[in-house]
Amino acid sequence: MRARPISPEQRARLRRAAAGAPRRPWTFWVLAILFGAYVLALYGPMLCIYVLSLQDIRGGLVFPMKGLSLHWFVDLFTQVRTGDVKGGFQRSISLALLVTVLTVVGSFLAGLAFRQRFKGDGVVFYLMIGSLVAPGLVLGIGIGLLFQYLGLPPSWYTSALGAHLSWTLPFGVLVMFAVMSRFDRSWEEAARDLGATRWQSIWLVVVPILAPGLLAVALFGFTLSYDEFARTLQTSGSLNTLPLEIWSMTLNVTSPSLYALGTVTTIASFLIIGMCLGGIALIQRRRARHNPSV
Amino acid sequence: MAARANTLAWFYISPLVLVLVPFFVLPILVVVIASFMESDGFGGMIPHLTLANYAAVFGAELTLRLYASTMKFALLTWIFTLGIGFWIAYFLVFHVRNQLLAIGLFLLCTIPFWTSNIIRMISWIPLLGKNGLVNSSLMGVGLIHQPLEFLLFSDFAVVVAYVHQLTIFMIVPIFNAMARIDKRTIEAALDAGASRYEIMRYIVVPLSKNGIALGSIFVLSIVMGDFFVVKVMSGGGSASIVSALFEDIAVLQYPSAAAAAVVLLLAVVVMISLILRTVDVRKEIAR
Repeated sequence: MRARPISPEQRARLRRAAAGAPRRPWTFWVLAILFGAYVLALYGPMLCIYVLSLQDIRGGLVFPMKGLSLHWFVDLFTQVRTGDVKGGFQRSISLALLVTVLTVVGSFLAGLAFRQRFKGDGVVFYLMIGSLVAPGLVLGIGIGLLFQYLGLPPSWYTSALGAHLSWTLPFGVLVMFAVMSRFDRSWEEAARDLGATRWQSIWLVVVPILAPGLLAVALFGFTLSYDEFARTLQTSGSLNTLPLEIWSMTLNVTSPSLYALGTVTTIASFLIIGMCLGGIALIQRRRARHNPSV
Repeated sequence: MAARANTLAWFYISPLVLVLVPFFVLPILVVVIASFMESDGFGGMIPHLTLANYAAVFGAELTLRLYASTMKFALLTWIFTLGIGFWIAYFLVFHVRNQLLAIGLFLLCTIPFWTSNIIRMISWIPLLGKNGLVNSSLMGVGLIHQPLEFLLFSDFAVVVAYVHQLTIFMIVPIFNAMARIDKRTIEAALDAGASRYEIMRYIVVPLSKNGIALGSIFVLSIVMGDFFVVKVMSGGGSASIVSALFEDIAVLQYPSAAAAAVVLLLAVVVMISLILRTVDVRKEIAR
């Protein structure tokens, strides 16, 4: 893309627009400072631990930095005392992927259902809100006791999976509400008028149009599950997920290994965020190219 | 036709229901049932109906202290997240004139939400610790001569961590509500001679009310249900309702933990329904 030179008329118009804009009120500057402070507080502490995780063997939990190496990352994956980080990492990723797929499918279908009123919709809706606001540990205890009562062994791919879904699905459905509210039903009606079956109109029309929203739901599903702690505590069985590993580390590890683990999980999170946002941007760009008027 | 539409809707909703029934409805029922049982002291339960667990919950002075402490955290967190969240959303919607920039700044605020809460909490240690950045720089400037002890492992640290994690839950719904306010309403008010305070009082705040209610539901229910932040950031010094419950579980006292859980659930339900009375969430979200 080559930048086009600005014509003199355009430049004049821009200058007029700039001059005509009202002066910013004092509140703008106050709020701008508040915003800056907020973003600094949001990112500052995180940046601190990423930096501190790069210390060498003399490193401690606070500044100043002592040396520069990847020692604590090696330590993290090789030492026994830091627990089963590698296994936890694998389990968390697998569980999160499973949760993501089920959340996208479940929330999409629920979103379709909630477009109109149906018998019992209020009950389902309030159950969903209940599941969203119920204290995670309480729900975890309930699921743990239920499995115990039924004689089923709890594990990350059964009880923990269900516990995660009881939290990611309602979240996903709420996002679907927002996504669906911008969907124009006449597209679907047009497809039906042209002879598409119900499944064809959903699969060939609704899904492609809603694709960016579905990616957003996937992002929610993945990260909410990947970082979920309270609901997993009583439901994961004998093998830990990553947040449980981090939790036990916060209680007994006092070396920069802890920060190294923070850096590693954040990199994983950022990769996922980047992939999802990139995917959404790609879809929007392709759409803009195919249909410049929209 | 209506019957067919119902069947189809129930077909679409079935995956959600198939998750909610076994992993929300039944577990809560199990907790309720367990709360009426006797403990055998070894993690098992004797199926013998009793109200002793509830009597213990309501009879203990500890319960009152736990609720008072949790309510204090919930209230402080709510005030700060609302205060910060409202003005951040207001700044992004009404002060940033370039819409692309506003969306970019909004994304900047949301990205940490996608990363681990636990890690974000731990990350306060190098800042607030006894030898942390805040203490050492304050001493370096000469403002204080001894490290401030209250910064980490204290109620202060707990509130800092909550506000740090939960402000985003206020920003997003309030931002959404404000972005929907028709700018022409405000221009009309200006033309009619309204002051900026009056615009705030009669237009912006009432039209953001739904967003504020939604954000409050998220923030309050998360703080009420939390035990992790309290445990780590207070250094074990403070407790919350759920952290006490967690201690019960650790010594396998399921029935008494269940009774405390049921009381907490009722408290949360009452609080949420009070907020829900002010706003129709479903209409708000689907709009």
